[in-house]
Formats: sequence, C-alpha cells, structure tokens
Amino acid sequence: MTEPLLKMRGVEIEGRSDETWNPIINGVDLTLQRGEVLGLIGESGAGKSTMGLAAMGYTRDGVRISGGSVEFDGIDLLTASAAVKRDLLGKRIAYVAQSAAASFNPAHRLIDQHVEAPMQHGVMDRSESEEDGMELYRKLRLPNPDEIGFRYPHQVSGGQLQRAMTAMAMSCRPDLIIFDEPTTALDVTTQIEVLSAIRDIVTQFRTAAIYITHDLAVVAQMSDRIKVLLKGDEVETSDTRTMLDAPTQEYTKSLWAVRSFERPKKPAIATGAVPLVSIKNVDASYGTAKVLHDVSFDMHAGRTVAVVGESGSGKSTTARCITGLLPPTAGQILLEGETLPANYKKRSKDQLRQVQMIYQMADTALNPRMSIGQIIARPVQFYLGLTGAEKRKRVDQLLEQIELEPTEYYNRLPSELSGGQKQRIGIARALAAEPKFIICDEVTSALDQLVAEGILRLLADLQDDLGLTYMFITHDLATVRAIADEVVVMKDGRVVEQGPKAEMFKPPHHAYTDLLLSSVPEMDPDWLTNLLEERGVDNIGDAAVGKM
Amino acid sequence: MILWIVATLVGMGALAWTFRFAGQQVTGQTPKFRDMPFGVAYGYIVAVLVLGWLVWAYIQGRSSDPAIANKFFFLRIGIEGFIIFAIAAWLFRTAGRAVGTVWSRKMFRDMPLTASFGVMIILIYAILAIFAGLLAPYGQEQIIPGVAANITPGGDPALGGNPDFPLGTDQIGRDILSRLIYGAQNTVGIAFATTLLAFFLGGTFGFLAATFGGWLDQILSRLVDVLMAIPSLIFALLLMTIASVWAPQLGIPLTVFMVLIIAVIDSTRVFRLSRAVGQNIVVMDYIEAAKLRGEGFGYIIFKEILPNATAPLLAEFGLRFCFVFLTIAALSFLGVGIQPPLADWGTMVRDLGGFVNYAQFAPLAATAPLLAAGAIALLTVAVNFVVDWMLYKSSGLKE
Repeated sequence: MTEPLLKMRGVEIEGRSDETWNPIINGVDLTLQRGEVLGLIGESGAGKSTMGLAAMGYTRDGVRISGGSVEFDGIDLLTASAAVKRDLLGKRIAYVAQSAAASFNPAHRLIDQHVEAPMQHGVMDRSESEEDGMELYRKLRLPNPDEIGFRYPHQVSGGQLQRAMTAMAMSCRPDLIIFDEPTTALDVTTQIEVLSAIRDIVTQFRTAAIYITHDLAVVAQMSDRIKVLLKGDEVETSDTRTMLDAPTQEYTKSLWAVRSFERPKKPAIATGAVPLVSIKNVDASYGTAKVLHDVSFDMHAGRTVAVVGESGSGKSTTARCITGLLPPTAGQILLEGETLPANYKKRSKDQLRQVQMIYQMADTALNPRMSIGQIIARPVQFYLGLTGAEKRKRVDQLLEQIELEPTEYYNRLPSELSGGQKQRIGIARALAAEPKFIICDEVTSALDQLVAEGILRLLADLQDDLGLTYMFITHDLATVRAIADEVVVMKDGRVVEQGPKAEMFKPPHHAYTDLLLSSVPEMDPDWLTNLLEERGVDNIGDAAVGKM
Repeated sequence: MILWIVATLVGMGALAWTFRFAGQQVTGQTPKFRDMPFGVAYGYIVAVLVLGWLVWAYIQGRSSDPAIANKFFFLRIGIEGFIIFAIAAWLFRTAGRAVGTVWSRKMFRDMPLTASFGVMIILIYAILAIFAGLLAPYGQEQIIPGVAANITPGGDPALGGNPDFPLGTDQIGRDILSRLIYGAQNTVGIAFATTLLAFFLGGTFGFLAATFGGWLDQILSRLVDVLMAIPSLIFALLLMTIASVWAPQLGIPLTVFMVLIIAVIDSTRVFRLSRAVGQNIVVMDYIEAAKLRGEGFGYIIFKEILPNATAPLLAEFGLRFCFVFLTIAALSFLGVGIQPPLADWGTMVRDLGGFVNYAQFAPLAATAPLLAAGAIALLTVAVNFVVDWMLYKSSGLKE
C-alpha cells in the first residue's frame, strides 16, 4: 500500500474550562489514503469536529493539541511553521463548515469569495478562477451556474449555499477536504441534492475527505470507511458495509437500534367522536404575505398527530395559530368543540392552560437566569395555585416524571444541563400546567439520535399515562414513523395529504409526499445511488430550480 | 524633521528585524519567534523604547536641579502614583483573601488587580463621603482666621506651603483637604442619586416599550429622540437657568432641580439601551411561553427580562455614573451646579484653575486645581474597572 495522505497518531486534545485543561480527545489514530472518504460519527461532544480541525493542524481558541502527531503527506502539521501551514491550508486541505449561511461573508458576492483562495495561493488568476468557479458550480448542479456566483449569499437558498461552499473548497483542487456536518441544517429534500453533488465531485477529482456527521444513514451513503467516536475515544473503525452489517461494539449497535423504535398501533378513531382540537379552514398571513391557505385537520384525544413538511411549509405557523400568537385571518380553532378566541390575550386562564407548547431550541425556551425548580414551579403556582411545600412536592413529582432526580436538579441553572435534559425540563414545564394538548415543535431535531430517542420514549410513556394529545411538528420522517398515529403533510401553507400513519407510508402517495418519503436517507449504502438512478439526475437539478 | 521621523521609523524597523532574527537564532527556532509577525516584533521594540524613555524621564524628574526636575514633575508624580496604587491594590487584594467570609474570600481570589484597585478606591471614597464631618480637619465653608489664601500644596514652607494645610488653601483661605473630603459627599452622593433615578426612569420605560411595542413604543421612542437631539450639556444649562429662577420662588433647593434635570436627560440613553436589550430578550421562546401562560407585564418585565438584562445595564450604570458625575462637575464649573459655599470638585477646579499657568516653573502651585480634577479622574477610572470586572463575571466571557 502506498504512503497514506493523512496520518494521525495518538492524537490528544485538551480544552480549557474553569482554569484547568480537560481532555477532549484521548489518543485517537486516523489514517486516510488518497481519494478515500472516511466518515466520522458520534453524538455531540464526542469530539468529531475537534478531530476534523486537528486534521488541519488547527484548534479552536481555548483548545490545544497536547500529544500525538498529525502528518499530512509527510509534513508534520503540529511542528510546521505558520508559513508552511499557510501554504497548505485552503490549497491542499480545505474545510466545509456546517452552516454555510454563517460562513459566507454576507457583504461579498459568492464568486468574489470563491476566487480568494486560488488567487492568494497563486494557483490561478482571477479570470481563470472565475471560469473554473462556474465550471464547479455546473458540476455541483447549481442552477444558472454562469451567473449564480454574482449573487450575494442571502440571494441563494441554504442548499445552494452549501454547494457553493463545497465549490469554494474545491477551488484549488485540494487533496483533502473536511466536511463538518454539511447537510445537518438542511431539509431532507435539499440534503439529497447536496449529498449527491458532494459525492460526485469528490469521486471525480479523487479527493480524500473526512465526512463528519451524526447521521448514520448519511454517512453510509458518503464514505468508504466509518470511524465511530464516543467521548473522545475511538469505538470502532471498519469499512462501511462491514460496519452496517456487523457492528462489533455495543455502542455502535445501540446507535443502529435507535431507528427501530416504533409505537404499537392504536385502535381507529370512533366515528362521530368530537376531536380535542379541530382546525377549520384556517388562513393566516404575516403582514401582507399569506402563509396558510385553508388549513383544516382534526386531532383526537390521546393520539399523536405528526405535521410534516420542509421549512417554510407552514407547520410552525399552524402551531402559532393554535396557540393564538398569530390570530388567523379566516377560519377558527376549536377546543373540545368550543371555538377558541383567535388572540391568546382574549383566552381564559383555563383555555391557556389546556394548550401547552414544547419548543425546538431548549436553550432559548428556558430562562437562563431561573433555576430548574423556579421554571417548573411557576406554572404550578400560576395555574393550580399551589404554594410552599405542596408546590415543591408537585415539582419533585414532575421532575421524577421526566426521569431527573429532584434533589440534584432542583437548584441547577439551565446552563448546567445537557441538551436532552433541557428538553426534558421543557416537557416538565408543559406538564406542570396539566394540559390536555401539547404542541411539540421540532423537539428532537436539535438532539443526537440516542438522546432524541429517549425524549420520544418519554413522550410516548407520558401519553400512555396521562392521556395527552400531541401535535408533533417535524421534518424528520424517522420520528414520524416512531411516534405518530396520524400524519398531516404540508407544503407551501397547504395540507397536501392527511390520514393514519399506516396509510401514509403505503403507496399511492401524493407526489410531494412521495418525494419527501423517498428523500429520507436509509442505512443501505447503495440507497443514494439507486435513488438517483430511479429519479434521474436531471430531475434533482430541476427540483432545485423549482424551489428557488 | 521629516527626515528624522523616517530615519527613526526605519531604525526601529531594523531593530525589530534584528530582534526577531536574534530570537530565532538564540532559541533555536521555537514557534514563538519563528511565527512572530513583523508587526509584533515592532511592537516589542516600541514598548521597550517607550519604557526606556519613561525611566529616563523619571530619573530627570528626581534631578536636584529644579529647572530640570520641574519639567518632569507631573510625569514623576504620575509614575509614583501608578506604582503606589498598584502596590496598594495588591496589598488590598491580599488582605481581602486572608480575612472575611468564605464568599468574600472567594471573590477576592478571582479578582484581577484592576478590579481590586477599583474596589479599594470606591471604598475609600465611600468612607470619606459618609464620615466627611469626622475626617475633615476643618469645615467645608470655614475661613480660618489668620491663615493666608492660596497656600501651596505640599506643606513645605520653603516652597510656600504650610504643614497645617498639607494640600494648601484656596483663594479665600479655606482648607483644600477638607473641601476635597466634603466634595466627595456632595458630588458623589448627588451623582449616585441622579444615576439611580435615571436608571429607574429609563429602564422602566425602555422595557415597557420593548414588551408592549406598537404605539407606546413609538411615542416613547420619538420623545426620547427629540430629547436626544438637543445637545445634553446645553440643554441642561438652559433648564438649570430656568430652574434657578424657580427654585427660590418655590423654596426648593436648586440641587433637587439639578438631580431631576440630569436624571431625565440621562435616562434617554438608558431608555435606548434597555429597549434594545429588552427587544433581544422579548423574542426568546421563554418570553413567548410566559405570554402564552397568561402572565402579566409586571411578571414578564421583572422576572423574565430584567434578570437577563443585568449585565449590559450594570456596565451602562458604571459608565453613566461617570458621565453624570462629570456633568455635575461641568455644571458646577460653569456656575449653575452645586452652589457655593458647598464644596464641589467641579467648582474647585474652576476657582483654582488659573494656577495651571504656573506649571512650568512652580509645579506645586499648579497642583492645586489638579487635586480636585484628579479626584474626579480617579473615581471614574475606578468605577470603570469594577464594572468591567462585573461584566466579565456575569457575561461568561471567561469561557
């Protein structure tokens, strides 16, 4: 075998917090051949991104590489001088960040940012580089490749921006690209376009790549080999097919098992039953822009209705109409057969209590200056009028319900909790009001798979115990499969299809439901290839143009 | 002249290059010297040259020839003051770590030297202000019989001083030390009250505007815009002139008017800040959750918004306190602020200001007006140091 392109041996990385250095990576090896794609997976905090950056000999502020070696094509990156690294980075090693929107400078056009690296490194002059950029845009199947570069970052969509960034990373034809969760922030339908584009261009130029993600199905499509990290340690490494078919470690198996969670089917809804919440012909608009068109669906007691669709489809707007934050311009919302006032300010305390909400970002949903106890106690006191010892008892009870030890967590601040625990506090706050109906707005999309599964199981158990009704807003169809009883598919502010879950996942579908369903990555490494063949590559390009 | 400047710059550039090259050779290419940008090397050279000049100037200031020593007198005082305050702050912090409750010890342990300096100065000022009557050797308006006016500070009879009046006397023979101590009471006390009032007004209305939005926000914001459009000192002067006519008629001290006028003018700045901070907080999901729960505005403003706005408001409080304080001093300097015979630092600077002209040949005499000015400057710096530190602690910038 030839000399590998990248050789990392026993890499140890430490981060500084509270005046001491804490280990982030404890001696991980990584070898990458030319033209090989390595998938790096693990939950957040596993050290994936840190490891990816270390492959460039770089660390974030407050982080240092304390041991091991990083050798790129015979050059030791840890001892190389700044001048040597300057020459390598951007030219032979490139980096694609998670959020393209945050990584592009909004004040410059795409092509201006694209030509920077080639000009800086003297690889091409400006006009050559511009032409090459358009060529790359074409290869990445961006619409209007000859002129898209002359737009500003805010004038193109998220998926296009991500591809433009991949083109930028390609501009000097590097030997190694590090992709740091390039599709995590995208919708499933957009994700496919980006994935296939990245895969094509990486194979075409025989570029080696490290592909960092927490999504197993995605990594299965992209990589030749997979390395699993857990809390800074390597769990196992093997080639993709072996890893998928026969994982050897318990942890890896548990990652695989997540996707198998599914609730038993519930009996059909009795005919003539009054739905708990009913949305009737609702129209809504932000200012003059109409965002909901004649939306109607029912939610019955004790069941979970999943509302799916990509971003901008009106899922969250529907939730805002139900809570009364955005009074609909037409139509009405019924709770147990009674019309709710359109504006939340006009609703009675009891009506407000019945409808609770759990938010996507637990970070912004919990007041950072209030302790967990205070956060949960407030609705208990506000709605139920409990005070003193009774209040405390109820809060402890709620904490037990969400599987957190009351004495340990009562006085903590939200910043002292993990993402999954914060989301549990959000659930407890909603439960504290003793509602009948809870809106879950993308509650698991910011969480790792294992943690997300825990939250889904908790929600399912609570539903069984308390007879709650959920409206579950999500764009992740795996979540829908796991938890939903009924499914409502939305697109451009309209309901395109609705019905029981079993029917929804069986053909025939509405064309859009079909696109959505088939876009969800599967664990099969050949899935993307087969899908692209099925759809025809041009089709995907068209879809991209259509969405602009 | 230009030739000289160019020659100096080139010379320093050459020095910087030599420094870096020598560093690389001596240390055997350690990353520190190997990857050092030229600008950083140049910075080291500039720092060394400036430091060298300061040492030279200080030695000049200690010279026995008065002609040379006088030239560098204030620089010498400055350097000595800096060193003394640094040592005092360090001792203060060391003492704070050794005695006191667990909580205060922990506080002093994490404290940077600048903050302990600030805390020390503020404490000294507070003690002086509270116990002014006991500490001051003479009354603030007391003209001591048989004592000359304009005794030079320093207490050295050879230079026109008097050991009984270590900081000298003013133009009508009052003890400057006593007046400085009373000045702390008057100026700082009034400034503190004014700032509190400004924050109460600006904060309340700012958060209201942020939470309510709509027409209330429009009315309040436009009103504030109008007030801010008028230059604040001129506006304060104008209002003070009007108030000085009203005050005797109504029998209310002019100082009360001054506090109100400055508080209202300064509350516009606080309004802007708290509205901007409030708007960022109001869009958070936890505010939405509170609104959907049916909470009233009082709860949302005081329990949900205010705790999250303390860091920027605290920083603004420190700055605003200094501005208010300077405004009062400025108004007093212009003759409409704190009225004689009450001691006030601004007035003191104005009354003795003429002595600054003696700086060239009799630096001690020129010190007289600078004492009050120095008292103002010292407090301003101290307050800002403390605020910086509190901000650093509360904002989690240390992460």
